[in-house]
Amino acid sequence: MKYEAVIGLEVHAQLKTRTKMFCSCSTSFGDRPNSNICPVCTGQPGTLPVVNKNAIEMAIKTGLAVGCTINTKSIFARKNYFYPDLPKGYQISQHEFPLCTMGYMDITYEKSTKRIGITRIHLEEDTGKLMHDMGNPNESHVDFNRCGVPLIEIVSEPDVRNPKEAGEYLRTLRNVLVYLDVCEGNLQEGNFRCDANVSIRPMGQEKFGTRSEIKNLNSFKAVERAIAYEIERQVKLLDSEGKIVQETRLWNDAAGKTESLRSKEEAHDYRYFPDPDLLPLKVSNEWIEKVRKSIPELALERSARFVSQYSIPRYDADVLTDEKSIADYFEDVVKSGAPPKKASNWVMGEILRQLNEDGSEISACKISPAGLAQLISLIEKGVISGTMAKEVFAEMYRSGESAETIVKTKGLTQMSDSSEIEKIVDDVIAANQAQHAQYKAGKETIFGFFVGQVMKASKGKANPAVVNELLKKKL
Amino acid sequence: MLSGEKASSEEITKAFLNLAEKENENIGAFLTIAPEQAIASARESDKRRSRGAPLSHFDGIPIALKDVFVTKGMRTTCSSKMLENYIPPYDGTVVEKLKNMGFIIFGKLSMDEFAMGTSNEHSAFGPVKNPWDLARTPGGSSGGSAAAIAAGLTPVSLGTDTGGSVRLPAAYCGIVGLKPTYGRISRYGVVAFASSLDQVGPMTRNVSDCAAMLSAIAGYDPKDSTSIPGDLPNYHSLLSGKIDGLRIGIPSEFFSGGIDDEVRSSIENAIKTCEKLGAKTVSISLPHAKYAVPCYYIIATAEASSNLARYDGIRYGFSAKRNLSLDDLMKASRTAGFGPEVSLRIIVGTYVLSSGYYDAYYLKAQKVRTLIKEDFFDAFKKCDLIMSPTSTSCAFKLGERSDDPVQMYLNDIFTSPVNLSGLPGMSIPCGFSREGLPIGLQIIGRPLDEGRMLNVAYAYEQATEWKTRRPPI
Repeated sequence: MKYEAVIGLEVHAQLKTRTKMFCSCSTSFGDRPNSNICPVCTGQPGTLPVVNKNAIEMAIKTGLAVGCTINTKSIFARKNYFYPDLPKGYQISQHEFPLCTMGYMDITYEKSTKRIGITRIHLEEDTGKLMHDMGNPNESHVDFNRCGVPLIEIVSEPDVRNPKEAGEYLRTLRNVLVYLDVCEGNLQEGNFRCDANVSIRPMGQEKFGTRSEIKNLNSFKAVERAIAYEIERQVKLLDSEGKIVQETRLWNDAAGKTESLRSKEEAHDYRYFPDPDLLPLKVSNEWIEKVRKSIPELALERSARFVSQYSIPRYDADVLTDEKSIADYFEDVVKSGAPPKKASNWVMGEILRQLNEDGSEISACKISPAGLAQLISLIEKGVISGTMAKEVFAEMYRSGESAETIVKTKGLTQMSDSSEIEKIVDDVIAANQAQHAQYKAGKETIFGFFVGQVMKASKGKANPAVVNELLKKKL
Repeated sequence: MLSGEKASSEEITKAFLNLAEKENENIGAFLTIAPEQAIASARESDKRRSRGAPLSHFDGIPIALKDVFVTKGMRTTCSSKMLENYIPPYDGTVVEKLKNMGFIIFGKLSMDEFAMGTSNEHSAFGPVKNPWDLARTPGGSSGGSAAAIAAGLTPVSLGTDTGGSVRLPAAYCGIVGLKPTYGRISRYGVVAFASSLDQVGPMTRNVSDCAAMLSAIAGYDPKDSTSIPGDLPNYHSLLSGKIDGLRIGIPSEFFSGGIDDEVRSSIENAIKTCEKLGAKTVSISLPHAKYAVPCYYIIATAEASSNLARYDGIRYGFSAKRNLSLDDLMKASRTAGFGPEVSLRIIVGTYVLSSGYYDAYYLKAQKVRTLIKEDFFDAFKKCDLIMSPTSTSCAFKLGERSDDPVQMYLNDIFTSPVNLSGLPGMSIPCGFSREGLPIGLQIIGRPLDEGRMLNVAYAYEQATEWKTRRPPI
């Protein structure tokens, strides 16, 4: 039988607030374990939560950016379950009445645009982190630094139909959150996490099949692979046994398969109820409008602006704006005086290639936008050749030295004085009489040979434009 | 308050410490007595006052608190084995206020475990005895506070009231106990039982002290999202003793059947006294109040089941043997750490929130709660405040109702509707039974109308002699 996959995605994104969701502890990542904790976020008896207004604002911002209705009244609820990383024995979340509902996001996939519905966005608090293998195999430890960090959970409609769409949806969503400056969007550090609900149904059937929820998806690649695997698994199961069990499954990236974690029967009964420690969350229309005005230019708009403002090709604009930090970098290079197309070539070419090679981020790049602009300007002015520039770039990337310094210390200045070049040209022609004769006989392809010889004799310093001009005159 | 007196805070504090040590054998009110901390604080206070720079007019007054208030560096047990050795890392808002005003916290008082009970018998550390008759309960859950005040072991105290836990022991021990409007006093640093019902309340010998204590500890707290913003009246200055034209609502439902005759006649006499002082009585009806006890026991247990989930033996508090799996460690710690009444309520609360039962129990109880509240608001269209008995009887004998939880729960019948409605209520002494046991009059006010409630209590107190009686011990 032919089947269709139905996929819904749940994203947990850590918000970039300075302090936690319900207390004033720092949200800083990577600090010494249990250094950012207090009586509230460790669930000491008698403590009470106070909502972080900044987190609400970021959630509203996200909701507005993806076309959600912002509910002027929403309710925090307790999700009750026992686990050592959850100090209160419940997580404060939103259940029946979330802050944002009914939004959507357009994704571009195989050159067509598809709209994916967003069911809801709600606020909640992150849990602590269990640490095993700390020396004693019989002991585990808990780090509560992450406990209470604000999260938004973004739940999509079951509108996704294949793994590639899922990947595209997540990349686009991540891009939006990063552009909004509400989330770091770093999957490795766990501040953008995803679960996938996957089911299949016979082509043409309206009713949904039984779904499985897949967890432990730590990269976009893992999401796509896991969904592809799960679809195949379900197809085989349905064809052979005719039925699928509702369960939660874990993606094992090394083994390349999903494994059962717990069945529906073993699922928690979270006993949600409104948190009596918090009043219903009320947001005024004035506040919503104020937040709406603060929404920055997102990737799509920015790409369009790059095309019109900088006259760079659409393709360049799309690549550059795919990552906000890269787009920011490019604009800074242009602002430092580089011609936009040249800046685009360098950023998309050398910079992205190097970063990819090193698995590094633009924020860690030793070449500042102004530094790159200076390098480009040296080429533009003819001080160095394109070939030299590559060499200078490599050195800049390695050492962080400025282009001018490198050019000076390495004596890389290009030779543009035509009398000096003329002497070399004369010498080269004199030394290669045979080839000169061939050229004169009409073999124009040999021209390149002469350029090469002149460049070689000048140790690459001769300005190619001047060399061309002189050769044409003299040959 | 100490300014005109010759005694130093150190002398007074030492006197209370000695008395507490000596009398506690009989009463069992104290769980912790902290002489070193208290004497050190008292000396500081004496220095301040000799410099002429007291922190407030309360500076140097010793106070013992119900052991539900989190006190930094001083053991806070909630009368539970679970927290037997718990030393809190912080002070709650109310405790911070007390310390900032110079109160000397010299001890912590017994209670029903996690404030769940009406007789103080559900304490992991033994029952408290009623100073008026040592064979009887002081009431609960703030039984230690009420008994200590009645026996003169602390000048004033604070309790918490979720379904009547300040007012019932106040009635049984012949003292004044007030539960303010929900949100009037911060709950930050008060170990939670049922968050939507819990309120801190002063417990004192007389109405004047009660008003002063309320002013001292009430007010908006940004650390408690449910606390009410706005200015706080000076309650003490509202005690004019004049109640001319005041309309007192008498709920027929609170006087029909089930009440001891002695209680009924005392309350009726109290109302007559108020009429003589110029008040008028109005008959009112609270038709849904009869559902308050079941409604209360669904909502309170539901919230408690969640509030008490943090006691899992992992981070602090009682922990069972360590060589167990994670689930087993948590189960064993909770099973051994909680007493039977707390376990019972956690089980009930877990049940009423479970999927499939939530609508039938928790949601329905919330609807009933709204109806009970609306009854009061309707009644307050006709009257300024309401009077009723605080409880159906005087203090009962220890052990008398232990085997029947439902009978025990009915002790909350007149007090729990007030918590469900978020209204202020208080209990003041209004007579004694033939056996010499105190009887309590409950006064219920409009939201944030504690001032008027205190004033009528004051007028009544001034017109009667009950406050001069002392227990036989």
